[in-house]
Amino acid sequence: MTELLVSTKKGLFVLDGEPGEAFAPGARAFAGEPVEHALRDPHSGRLIASVTSAFYGPKIWYADDPEGEWNEADGVALPDGGDAALERIWVIATGEEDGTLYAGGDPGVLFESRDAGATWELNRALWEHKAQEDWQPGGGGLCLHSILPWPGDPDRLTVAVSAAGVWLTEDRGKTWRRGNKGLLARYLPEADQEQSTALCVHHLERAPLRPERMFMQFHGGVYRSDDAGESWTDIGAGLPSDFGFPIVVDPTDPDSAYVIPLNADMDRVTPEGRVRVYETRDAGASWSARGEGLPQQEAYLTVLRQAFCRCAGGAPLELYFGATSGDVFGSGDAGASWFTVATRLPPVHAVTGAR
Amino acid sequence: MAVIRVREPLKKLAGGQSEQAIDGTTVAELLRELERTHPAIGGWILDERGQVRRHINVFVNGERGEESTAVGADDRIDILPAISGG
Repeated sequence: MTELLVSTKKGLFVLDGEPGEAFAPGARAFAGEPVEHALRDPHSGRLIASVTSAFYGPKIWYADDPEGEWNEADGVALPDGGDAALERIWVIATGEEDGTLYAGGDPGVLFESRDAGATWELNRALWEHKAQEDWQPGGGGLCLHSILPWPGDPDRLTVAVSAAGVWLTEDRGKTWRRGNKGLLARYLPEADQEQSTALCVHHLERAPLRPERMFMQFHGGVYRSDDAGESWTDIGAGLPSDFGFPIVVDPTDPDSAYVIPLNADMDRVTPEGRVRVYETRDAGASWSARGEGLPQQEAYLTVLRQAFCRCAGGAPLELYFGATSGDVFGSGDAGASWFTVATRLPPVHAVTGAR
Repeated sequence: MAVIRVREPLKKLAGGQSEQAIDGTTVAELLRELERTHPAIGGWILDERGQVRRHINVFVNGERGEESTAVGADDRIDILPAISGG
């Protein structure tokens, strides 16, 4: 059985099912509240969710049972008395060690928990970079949205910020440096495109079997790094558009990745009214459309950066994505064919899954 | 002492009490004292800058107030979510 956690503008929905059939609706938590991201920590089995109340601010919550009591985590805040407030937690990620979790948010902040989400601590070193440098927010805010541990090495971590680019640490967050060589900010004046640090990364994923390889969906451009983020190569040729938000990597094949192109910066919907996932099996040298079972007429969907996932633990590879239309789609055969998981949910912010 | 009145979910965080008599001379002082008395409410009304969150309204005797609004011993302060959303 696959469990999907669908974070939406109006609450968290837990869906259960098997690939190929509509999933059964289960629990709904945080009714009416914007849930940005949720996951089930594979180490502890605990559910962790980030919720940004329009009234009461961003919080992280944890629970063992989605229908049971949710507890508010401690420490999810910026230093008191400063000139900034935490706006939103965009993403939660599991670390390499039992009990370790990370959370990223706006304004460009990283938090770490070492007790499975009950308490959190701000990463001060990255916060100091943000405080001293001129980080520019993207359209969704100054969001730290991608957190990539290094398999087997808890000291190494990569994060990405829109629009402050890629940041690398090799000493568990004590020091950070940029990893942006090769990224081209086409949305800036030509003279500034190569030197700018205002880099609007949309999403970043690491290939677990080859950790030095990462794939990136940029704000205009799809990139690959084979040197742990030191440099990036554009691999967007062959896509109908190199604009989009999410990207997913096949955990069993470091040459395989998936994107969902949107028309363009100024028209963020699926091209030609057709919903298609694009797959590469050669590390971005070529791309193939995978649309069997997906809407192919009059379907103008927007898929957000956290709304496309691979299902942890599944073999063959299961893929799931949700759209702001409230539709959720899945594939039980690594993207070869797709089925409808759910329809008419609130706008989908994020999808995560586990078997 | 002034009286602060809250509704759910703040009431639960304030120990289940919808009304609290609290000492203070401004709205900010009262809210900080409320947080000190009931730590669970920390971060729900005031943000890290000490500002009332954007979509929370504070009324002092029925009139819109802000952090610096003076309050007296017999005043009534209502904390309410704003009319907003989508």
